[in-house]
Amino acid sequence: MKIIIIGNGMVGYKFCEKLMAKNPQGIELIVFGEEIRPAYDRVHLSEFFSGKSAQDLEMAPATWYEEHGIKLYTGDPIMHLDCENKTVSSHAGITESYDYLVFATGSSAFVPPIPGVEKDGVFIYRTIEDLEMMRDWAPKAKKGAVIGGGLLGLEAAKAMIDLGVTDTHVIEFAPRLMPRQIDEAGSTLLQAKLESIGLHILTSTNTLEITGSDKISGMRFQNDQVLDVDMLVISAGIKPRDELAKNAGLATGPRGGILVDSHMLTSDPHILAIGECALYEGMIYGLVAPGYEMAEVAIATLLGADKQFTGFDMSTKLKLIGIDVASFGDPFASDGEVRSIVLEDRNKGIYKRVNISADGKTLLGGILIGDAEQYNMLLQTCKNQVILPPNPEDIILGSRGGESEGGAGVLSLPDDAMICSCEAVSKGDICSHVLHGAENIEAIKKCTKAGTGCGGCVPMVKDIVNHTLKSQGIYVRNVICEHFDYSRQELLDLVHLHNLRSYDEVLSAHGHGDGCEVCKPLVASLIASLWNEMILDKGNDTAQDSNDRFLANIQKGGTYSVVPRIPGGEITPDKLIVIGEVAKEYNLYTKITGGQRIDLFGAHLTDLPAIWEKLIEAGFESGHAYGKALRTVKSCVGSTWCRFGLHDSVSFAIQIEERYRGIRAPHKIKGGVSGCIRECAEAQSKDFGIIATEKGWNLHVCGNGGSKPQHALLLASDIDSETCIRYIDRFLMFYIKTADPLTRTATWLNKLEGGIDYLRNVVVNDSLGLAEELESEMQKLVDNYVCEWKAAVENPEFRKRFSHFVNAPEEKDPTVDFEVLRDQKKAKAWS
Amino acid sequence: MVETMNKTWFLACQVQDVPENGGVCVKVKDQQIALFHFARRGEWYATQNECPHRQQMALSRGMIGSQGEEPKVACPFHKKTFSLKTGACLSGDVEAIKTYSVMVKDESVYIFLDSDEV
Ligand SMILES: Cc1cc2nc3c(=O)[nH]c(=O)nc-3n(C[C@H](O)[C@H](O)[C@H](O)COP(=O)(O)OP(=O)(O)OC[C@H]3O[C@@H](n4cnc5c(N)ncnc54)[C@H](O)[C@@H]3O)c2cc1C
Ligand code: SF4
Ligand code: SF4
Ligand code: FES
Repeated sequence: MKIIIIGNGMVGYKFCEKLMAKNPQGIELIVFGEEIRPAYDRVHLSEFFSGKSAQDLEMAPATWYEEHGIKLYTGDPIMHLDCENKTVSSHAGITESYDYLVFATGSSAFVPPIPGVEKDGVFIYRTIEDLEMMRDWAPKAKKGAVIGGGLLGLEAAKAMIDLGVTDTHVIEFAPRLMPRQIDEAGSTLLQAKLESIGLHILTSTNTLEITGSDKISGMRFQNDQVLDVDMLVISAGIKPRDELAKNAGLATGPRGGILVDSHMLTSDPHILAIGECALYEGMIYGLVAPGYEMAEVAIATLLGADKQFTGFDMSTKLKLIGIDVASFGDPFASDGEVRSIVLEDRNKGIYKRVNISADGKTLLGGILIGDAEQYNMLLQTCKNQVILPPNPEDIILGSRGGESEGGAGVLSLPDDAMICSCEAVSKGDICSHVLHGAENIEAIKKCTKAGTGCGGCVPMVKDIVNHTLKSQGIYVRNVICEHFDYSRQELLDLVHLHNLRSYDEVLSAHGHGDGCEVCKPLVASLIASLWNEMILDKGNDTAQDSNDRFLANIQKGGTYSVVPRIPGGEITPDKLIVIGEVAKEYNLYTKITGGQRIDLFGAHLTDLPAIWEKLIEAGFESGHAYGKALRTVKSCVGSTWCRFGLHDSVSFAIQIEERYRGIRAPHKIKGGVSGCIRECAEAQSKDFGIIATEKGWNLHVCGNGGSKPQHALLLASDIDSETCIRYIDRFLMFYIKTADPLTRTATWLNKLEGGIDYLRNVVVNDSLGLAEELESEMQKLVDNYVCEWKAAVENPEFRKRFSHFVNAPEEKDPTVDFEVLRDQKKAKAWS
Repeated sequence: MVETMNKTWFLACQVQDVPENGGVCVKVKDQQIALFHFARRGEWYATQNECPHRQQMALSRGMIGSQGEEPKVACPFHKKTFSLKTGACLSGDVEAIKTYSVMVKDESVYIFLDSDEV
């Protein structure tokens, strides 16, 4: 049987992949693609702007088609179809006959007939070529606009911002954003959020004309408003590519699309259509998951199996400029019989709505904006008509406890619940693979492909794996990796108990196999947290993360950064001069960091010991910027200079920074001290933050900046300096001993049962009777401190490791290359 | 035999120059080769030093370990892992790296290379 596929997009490719997986005999497969490259991941197209190359986005390389005996013509569209004689001919003049023909021609961007759309600087957003053209144009553009406030339009608007066109307008014809997916209240909130990050949004706006000579210079709207614009993306919807089918006489819909039945057959029994070009029961399915399902059905049809397409859920979840937006089931259901529960928190920018049947038993659909963590669970509850708990509002309100509910939820799903819709994997599929030995997420990904598409279902797949194992009586623990069957906390206790001091000892005593990049740094950090010995000693150097191993952060291009400690951010002019001199001598890029110190970038590995020797001579120490350790204790200028200052915040910050320097923890730690309530040191965004009061200090803990900012919570108030230090000792040591790997204090606290009250009980009220032990353990670490760089430069054995070539120690890595920016050097961009 | 004619054992360094269970980078004319002493298993491996993911000269500074029985190295940049035996990428989608044979004789370490490479 000879099959020809027209179109090598996402669905066309999936058809090939799924067909090959069935190992069919006697099938000849030929693919014609119009685009110059083999199929790529259009869903993640925007990642092209965040550094992914066309190759990264490829669904499979050209060699894959070869290996599977598929003949692939790229850059050669089919121009003519002769249904009578069952032949197609291509632009390059190739004519091929077929037994069956599959249309997978997708769609193109719909461009409304506005005068001026042909001008330079007007783009659509569909292919890699479109994005390449945008990328080339953007540096010349200052003011951007996007026509279309739907899903794709907003994604295009984000792309504009990423391209540096930050002054961008979104122009929507309807009275609000994303009218097809979310309700009015949701649109309003989304609009406010988008505006707060600088997008301008014009709704109820109809574009009459695009002005300018050859090149766009502006837009004119119906209300006679005008807007200066030098770059425009049109994203006003999609238009199915049915022109070829139509010319050949196949039935198409009045508004486009190739008509298909539930077997994906068109009006010609030898021709099928799948993906975004297929019109099923009056509907074009503009998402990949239904397209993949159509591919599956088409294959069944061709191989004589029985499978039908019966429509597909159009629920979606996406991240728009960092904002979660999801809608599922019937998001708008509102007739008298339906109860809608709405949660709106404008401060946090969260809007949630669920629609529940009148009897309160089933979930009909809903909308989530700002926080869509529950999306998968709600979607499955809705699709599978799972009976709701007695207080249905809990499903959107009480989510803070997180996991346990999610877990119970997974159990209540039926076996045919679709968990991964990208790859059509059901709960039953996952369970049965778990029972057959695929006992972790990696194994499940490999054998079912679940979670390999958009990845949104991964948390749920994990839950299902764990629950299935549990139901089999297998005790699931949060184990470190294949080499250690312990959690971090369990292993820490073992290492402590058995007084183990090197990675190899720990592996031999409590692990198996040869270790890996997960357990090595984790164990190395445990050992450091327990004993605070020089981290390169006892063969532990090769178990450290590269940054710890070379006592410096590896940077783009393979050079390292040098960050001396500047406690409390206080530095003398002489020391500043030394930093400047060293930077000059070794040609380093210098930058003030967010933590009140100075980073020197671009050091060759070979130069590190000499650089540090000079810094140490001038009185500097390692800043541990490379370690999961204390970074900085930021301070405001405090009472010594500031007219509001209550206490000397700088002195206290220095004292604290010097106390905890070098101590290894599950993650990095930052501190801050402010001299009064005005909080100029932003101490409440730190792991521990100290703020002066009339009577002493207030101690706040578990704050976080970074990608998930969180304010620190008050642990104790009006305490004196010694008490403050004792509490921090206990707090840090308790964190070090109980946190999961790579968990910041904020996340640790969020997972701690009882939260801040429990923590206060342990630290302040000594409810566990651990206070003394924690303090003395901390004191031991403090007493053991030595500057690692000092130890490294003084020891010839350690020093030897800082060369690039083992057989040419004086030579630097010749491949290191820099570019110039604002009179300094910078690392060469990734190629 | 004929095939080995145009290959040579290139003297890279001494055993003690290479950290146990870690790697170093060896300069061979304009090439960089990562050499690993997998002391836990009593094995030696050599691969190209360049990580194919973002073309960084970094594999010699990576952590070595095992996945099942397969010895591997993890690039320090984005933790892509590669088999030390076959060079195949074990964490997905990057192309394979080149691997070379290693021989240790009298505390000296040699890498097996094409004669015109050295
Ligand atoms: C920026 C962007 C973001 C998106 N985000 C999401 C998302 O988050 N989730 C989601 O589910 N979907 C998303 N989509 C939609 C998704 O990409 C499409 O649903 C999917 O690509 C459809 O696959 P397809 O194979 O039917 O069509 P396409 O991927 O468009 O492939 C069709 C191919 O056929 C070729 N072709 C057309 N005519 C011919 C001819 N005569 N001869 C030869 N070749 C021809 C075309 O050039 C094209 O390469 C997004 C789309 C875009 C553009
Ligand atoms: S926090 Fe208070 S003391 Fe410190 S600088 Fe600001 S105003 Fe002055
Ligand atoms: S935010 Fe931090 S990790 Fe991200 S680019 Fe800046 S310095 Fe690097
Ligand atoms: S450069 Fe090696 S993993 Fe990215």
